[in-house]
Amino acid sequence: MIDAGFAEQLESQRGNLLRFARLQLRNETWAEDAVSETLLAALERPQSFAGRSQLSTWLVGILKHKIVDQLRRRSREEPLLWELEPDREEVIEFTADGHFAHPPADWGDPEASLREGQFLKVMEACVSELPAQMGRVFLMREWLELESDEICKELAITATNLWVLLHRARLRLRACLEIKWFDHAVP
Amino acid sequence: MKLRYTCKEAVDVMVAGEDRVLTRGERLVLWMHLCVCRACPRFQRQLVLMRQAMRRWREQASEE
Repeated sequence: MIDAGFAEQLESQRGNLLRFARLQLRNETWAEDAVSETLLAALERPQSFAGRSQLSTWLVGILKHKIVDQLRRRSREEPLLWELEPDREEVIEFTADGHFAHPPADWGDPEASLREGQFLKVMEACVSELPAQMGRVFLMREWLELESDEICKELAITATNLWVLLHRARLRLRACLEIKWFDHAVP
Repeated sequence: MKLRYTCKEAVDVMVAGEDRVLTRGERLVLWMHLCVCRACPRFQRQLVLMRQAMRRWREQASEE
């Protein structure tokens, strides 16, 4: 006997869950599938929520599992979609003798930035702008907190692929933050 | 083994250090470079902020 109130509460979380699923999966269909499976699983086991502090926390936990399922399934079913995009662009410019062409700016007190709600939104926007496979790998590490060998296994990529993707992701994020958030920083 | 890093090499090592354990040699040569370079310590602090920011984002994602 499904509790209509509970079902409504779950439904109200759909938008939030979709946001994370999109960011991680980088594909609208896969994201919608992951979220639907999450809400269905939650609806089928309301008793496993009993006593937990927050609905969103519980749902995000289920979502992460469903997302890993999606990643595993899709990378096997549709391998061509997972081709690593060529990414030759030099993210940081160096001179011929290895100095910065444009020295890094002083980003000031980290706490000050982290206190601003807008900062994490900008961070999220920068993550969403990473090339698809790079973004997936980055969030598998930084959000799903999977180990390297797990990521390599689920996406059928080599460890070298993984290091290169993570390395470039971090450089790109830094560059994006510098433009979108710190463009007023002291040079 | 390289005994001195350019900023380009130091950046490579600092970014690599986010995802693997640096060797003793890498840590030592990096530290020596950071002692004499004005730019790279700033870069290092930027990496630290990004790490803290992702942790905060990750925590908030479960709380919303």
